[in-house]
Formats: sequence, C-alpha cells, structure tokens
Amino acid sequence: MRIAVIEYGMGNLRSVCNAVEYLGCESVVCGTPSDLGPADAIILPGVGAFPHGMKHLRERGWPEKLEQVVLGEHKPFLGICLGMQLLATVGTEHGECMGLGWIPGRVDRLPADRFGLRLPHIGWNDVDLKGNGALYAGVESPQAFYFVHSYHFIPDDGSVVTGIADYGFGFAASVQMGNVHATQYHPEKSHKVGLVVLRNFLKTIGTTDD
Amino acid sequence: MIKVRLIPILLLQNGRLVRAETFSRYQVLGNPFYEAKRYNEWSVDELIYLNITRSGSYVQRSVDQVLTGMESPEATLEQVSRTCFMPLTWGGGLRSLEDIARCFELGADKITLNTAASAEPELVTQAARVFGSQAVVVSIDYRRRPDGVCGVYVRCGQEATGRSVVEWGKEVEDRGAGEILLTSIDNDGLACGYDLGLINQLAAVTSIPIIACGGVGNYGHFVSGVEAGASAVAAANIFHFKEMADRRAKRVMSKAGVNVRL
Repeated sequence: MRIAVIEYGMGNLRSVCNAVEYLGCESVVCGTPSDLGPADAIILPGVGAFPHGMKHLRERGWPEKLEQVVLGEHKPFLGICLGMQLLATVGTEHGECMGLGWIPGRVDRLPADRFGLRLPHIGWNDVDLKGNGALYAGVESPQAFYFVHSYHFIPDDGSVVTGIADYGFGFAASVQMGNVHATQYHPEKSHKVGLVVLRNFLKTIGTTDD
Repeated sequence: MIKVRLIPILLLQNGRLVRAETFSRYQVLGNPFYEAKRYNEWSVDELIYLNITRSGSYVQRSVDQVLTGMESPEATLEQVSRTCFMPLTWGGGLRSLEDIARCFELGADKITLNTAASAEPELVTQAARVFGSQAVVVSIDYRRRPDGVCGVYVRCGQEATGRSVVEWGKEVEDRGAGEILLTSIDNDGLACGYDLGLINQLAAVTSIPIIACGGVGNYGHFVSGVEAGASAVAAANIFHFKEMADRRAKRVMSKAGVNVRL
C-alpha cells in the first residue's frame, strides 16, 4: 500500500514515514499535488503555527487537491497534530486565519494559565475513548498518548470527537468524520499503542467507497 | 491529566556512547545505537540524545566502529530515529537554522540549543518562529558559585557566560523556547540528587516545562525533582547499569504519588 505523507514545510515527517514503513506500507513524501499519484491513503502531519501551515499548504496548491481526493473521492485521511487543527474553519494563533474548514469549528489556545498549568502541553496524557472511533479498535480506554501542542481544536459538532484528554479541562484528542480521521497527539511517537492506532487507520483503506 | 515524564539521556562523544561525571570525566559505554533501541523496547516516555564531541574526529577507530551508518552524528541520528517510536530530542553542536532543519529531516522531533543560543540568543527566537516553540528546547548547564548564584556555562561546561540561570531562563522563555533542560554540572554523575533549590527557583519564574537533570543516584531523587517543580525528570547514568531501570523508577514514583505512565 502506498501512503502519501504531505510535505509542506511544517516539521518532522520522518517519524511518520518510519512508523508507516514499520507497519509494512510504502510511504511517499509528497511536496506538491503533482507528486501525489495513486495513493491509498493520505497523512497530513505537521507541527508549528496554524497560519504558517495554511500559508504553506496554499502556496503548494494542496487545499483544492486534498478536497478533491479526500472529500470527493473519500480516500482515508489522517491529520496529526497541526494536521488535525488545520481541518477547522478558523484558527486563532497569531490572529484569525481560515483553515481547511472540513470539520466546522475553531482552534484556540489552551487556557492552561487558568488552571495553573504550563504551556506547551508536552508529554503523555490519558485519552478517554468515546467508543466511536475507527482508530481505536482493540485499544482500551483510557490510554496514554504523546502530545505536544499549545492550541486545541473545538469542533462545532461534539459528536465528531472520538477521544478526550484532560489538561485542566477536557479537549478533543481525536476526531473522525467519515474517512477523515485526526489526532491531536502523535500516534507515530506513542510507542506500541500509537502503532495500533496507525495500523487501524491503514485498515480503513478499501472500506470507503472511492 | 498530563503525566510526569521520565527521560533517559544518552551522551555521544566522538561517535561513541559515554557516561559522564561533572562534565570532565568520561567512560566509554560503546554502541550509540543499541542503547536507544533498548530504551524503545522499554517503552520509555521520551529520549534526549546529546552529541558532546568537543574535538577530534567523530569516529575514533576501534573494534566497535565496524558499524555502518555511524560515521557522523547525522548518520547516528538517522539510525536512532528509525527505531524510536517515541519523542526524540537531539542536541549538540547545532549552530544555525540550517543545522536545526537538518535534524528534523533526519527524524528528530525536538532539538536542543545551548552554546549557540548563548552566543546568539536571536537563534532561539528564529528557531521557535520557524519550527514552533514545541520543537525548541534550550539546555542550560550551570555551576553554583560560592555566593549561591547559579552561573550559565557553555561549550560542554568549559566556558562561563556571565549570565545567571534565572535571568537566562526567563529570556529564553520570552524568546519562544518550549522547554528548558536544566543540568547542574556540579551534581552531574555524582549520584547526590538534583539541585532542588534551583529547580524550584526557576520553575517559579517561568511557565514552560522544566526538565531537571544532573545528580540522580536513586529513584527517590526523581520524586524530589518533581516535588521541586520539574515537569519532567531526566538522568543518564542510572539507566545504563540497571536492567529495566525505567520501570523500577516509575514504580517508585507512582508509589510516592507522582502521576507517571506505567
């Protein structure tokens, strides 16, 4: 299977590729839509600031192409960390900025200071699984995953949330809307259980109507 | 709720894994790759890998250097990242945004700056802007002076900067660093416990996570570090010589009421 990993200048792709290859798939780093080719699934990783992420995606012509392949052709899609946040309608890091808008909602800074907590939220945190996520087959709840971020995604429709983590208050650790999956945590950095989540994602290949 | 991280640190010198004492004595432990692999098998929370090569060629000829892919720090990073399904912080000798970008390409999740940050503080600001705060750790190595003030040292503890740890810590936070790796040179390798006073002092004036390092001799020392205000506790030597040290340490921490990932 050929897994496209979208490269848009936002952080470490190698870890994602390493994990995908460990699971027996081919990973192809795609810098522009013309590199995409016949991918079986698409992963949008990324760390960094929301507006930079959107700017880089746009400069490379990704939003239209991804919409066509993911929303039009229903290819399995996994957004990781910033790749989850960019699905929102609007981000608020360094001022308001429009996102991809695939899952209506906004991305706000974690109000950690209100709870006397430090930012970024870095480390392993338990995720309560809501039982509605295809990525969590065979995973017990709660389960610790590795997070590193300062902003969080607040979807308008809470039913898309598949996992909740607590950092003073509950926030969306993962979401799913049809073939669009996303995790705020890093499955590729969450040891064995992270690899299970990735394997579950890869198993969705072929189950959606192309 | 977020768990306290327990982080093994590996030190790389001239292409070999070493253990250190007060930044001045080093003992070769051998292969820089297998230990990382072992920690991955232990399922440790995170790994920090520091290249502390000061001079001489990266690879010094010896029997254990028949390994391929270990001929440069970059090759070592690439090899290590392939076996690490956990967060990997890489540091040592990084001087520019290009050096940093290269580390991310090779599989590091975070980088740590020390000497270069001190020489050119703007590098911290730029790195945070380009790669995000969460990817930028600033290492602060320090010695406690007789008057009690803690002074920042660079170049593997060789050179005093004239800065105080508290002032420098605040500055790097303002510049966008995402974490501080705080190492007491005085306590390094002596198994006497962390310098709790400074952890406490720095935690009080900063709001980014502090990773405490230097001096752990028993598992209880990790607990004290957390109580002093560290968000994560790190050590090097204690993990080398005991099997499953990570798990044993976590059991002790958990029993003491620290929220760890078991």
